[in-house]
Amino acid sequence: MSALADLMRGGHPVENHRPWSRAVVDQDGWLRARDLLVQGRCALLGLWGEARAVHMAVLDEATNEIGVITTECRDGRFPSVGQVHPSAIRPERTIHDLFGLEAVGIPDTRAWLDHGRWGVRSPLGDRTTSSTGGEAYAFLPAEGESLHQIAVGPVHAGIIEPGHFRFNVNGEAVVRLEERLGYAHKGVEGLMAGVNLVRGAMLAARTSGDSTVAYGLAFARAAEAALGIAVPPRAVWLRALMAELERLANHFGDIGAICNDASFALMLGQCGILRERVLRTANACFGHRLMRDCIVPGGVAVDPGDNALSRIQELLATLRLQFPPLIDLYDNTASLQDRTVGSGMLSPELARQYACGGFVGRASGRGFDARRTPGYPPYDSLQFEVPALDRGDVDARIWIRIREVEQSIALIEQIIDHLPAGALQIDFDAATANGPKEGMALVEGFRGDVLVWLRLNSSGRIERCHLRDPSWFQWPLLEAVIEGNIVADFPLCNKSFNCSYSGHDL
Amino acid sequence: MRRSFFAEAIAKGPLTETSPGSDDAALAELVRNVNGTARKRLGRSLSIRQVDAGSCNGCELEIHALNNAFYDLERFGLRFVASPRHADVLLVTGPVTKNMREALERTYHATPDPKWVVAVGDCAVDGGMFSASYACVGGISAVIPVDLHIGGCPPSPTQLLKGLLTLLEYSVAGS
Repeated sequence: MSALADLMRGGHPVENHRPWSRAVVDQDGWLRARDLLVQGRCALLGLWGEARAVHMAVLDEATNEIGVITTECRDGRFPSVGQVHPSAIRPERTIHDLFGLEAVGIPDTRAWLDHGRWGVRSPLGDRTTSSTGGEAYAFLPAEGESLHQIAVGPVHAGIIEPGHFRFNVNGEAVVRLEERLGYAHKGVEGLMAGVNLVRGAMLAARTSGDSTVAYGLAFARAAEAALGIAVPPRAVWLRALMAELERLANHFGDIGAICNDASFALMLGQCGILRERVLRTANACFGHRLMRDCIVPGGVAVDPGDNALSRIQELLATLRLQFPPLIDLYDNTASLQDRTVGSGMLSPELARQYACGGFVGRASGRGFDARRTPGYPPYDSLQFEVPALDRGDVDARIWIRIREVEQSIALIEQIIDHLPAGALQIDFDAATANGPKEGMALVEGFRGDVLVWLRLNSSGRIERCHLRDPSWFQWPLLEAVIEGNIVADFPLCNKSFNCSYSGHDL
Repeated sequence: MRRSFFAEAIAKGPLTETSPGSDDAALAELVRNVNGTARKRLGRSLSIRQVDAGSCNGCELEIHALNNAFYDLERFGLRFVASPRHADVLLVTGPVTKNMREALERTYHATPDPKWVVAVGDCAVDGGMFSASYACVGGISAVIPVDLHIGGCPPSPTQLLKGLLTLLEYSVAGS
């Protein structure tokens, strides 16, 4: 029996949790789960709270089984996972901010999303009123001769989301970077409580705008898992079509923007053209450039029709013609590679420890892709490769994107060729007589795996919904990779990660 | 390789599309909000500072697109600048989160007068879907005065361009 299954057998199974099981364990069970993370036998997929309990989703690295482990916090406390497994530290700080639950033993007790401006403490737990004046944040110190600090943000110099970076610098070299996030915290999970699935899907689609399809898909799949409904085949395939178009658009944007941060504007110009072509095709097919709100629980809202689908064939032909010269351009520009090769190295050990997904993980040897593991339709009927490299530098993260563009083009072609006919949505009633139902989904967005977990009450409304952006396990690693790099390479490294602020801040 | 990109651009001509023109509703809002003195000073060219006050980043994607070859914002004399101190226009997205309120106020006060504020996206109008949240203040006008709203979720680059061109034409008309 696998380590995870063995652990979960020791707890109380929760009924109506799908598709994977959830078990409530005692404190010992929680600590055993923590040990599995430390030993690298399980990967942490998510860690979130609710009023009187904390949950962690884990992946058994040997068997690829997924499970959710819960422990109840009777006195408002639970044993810290972050104490020994650092990727849990920010989620635990967030659990404290939102629910007031204390992770006993956590090495960093500073507030994370709560900047002391909400006028309320523990907004999703036992609420108490507080001031709105803001609190000073104790940045971690760096000591030594000739060090100075550079403070950047939350308002940045470009068209970028808000966040603060505090650099401790020796000459040009970064000694320590510390991120302070939470500026874009909108209270998405608080707004989810009590709304129906239609509104919940719209909120999910506004968690991180660049991943609106991925969030829409993850939310819909979690809701459908909870209710045990299957969507029509045409909807399944159209969802994958949207997901791959979103991946293409974002990867083109990223490849151009990373090169632009190395002052190579030609690539930004050319990739910007390809990105715009993808968005226009998406608009022609689905009526919205970012395809927002096109995925709904139960299916999809829009059918592109045959005329629009022929636009996709034209798009693919254009991309096949115009993208390869850009690959050559990147590959043959020594001055550009001088910036990207060897910059911002992320070690495979750190990527594995943080269960870091997306191009960041795959450029550092972690070949995880939610389309493969746990996998979901229609990808089981499609042929594609998951590119992986182990160099872990900016260059590797660009090459992963380049290869994924090629894979997405091939995937879209297969989807168009085999798109089934039929209905777009299934009628369903979210209200159920027999108690609450829980569902979870893991979906591969362009940036990595998006996790959505939700519980529906008997009237079909959302009781609790947690949305975990891939950035949670990528942002902390950016702090690690920048160490020893020059300040001027920070935009380059940052863009090669392209973490979401809004998706993380929620 | 690089030469071929340039040769192709010369042979095929630019991708840049014709101006979408101005927007009547936006013009009416500007007439209500902007005084003549500001119009005289701002003239034909506007520097824009974008501020994300808590958006989902969807609006930022479409604002970025204004710089691509199809829309080419700079041909109109509109350009993005890196500091509010260089800006005539603040292009603000969001619902304004409580965690960003002070940063937005400080950015506004760092922008020299006369200045215009353009609120971008449905959330920037009134907080959108986030208006009821404990973590949000609401729309941009709840924090700083707004001269023009460009709605949409997110607004398309064409909608954005129309709004900004209306602003530009209105400023020229006043000079």
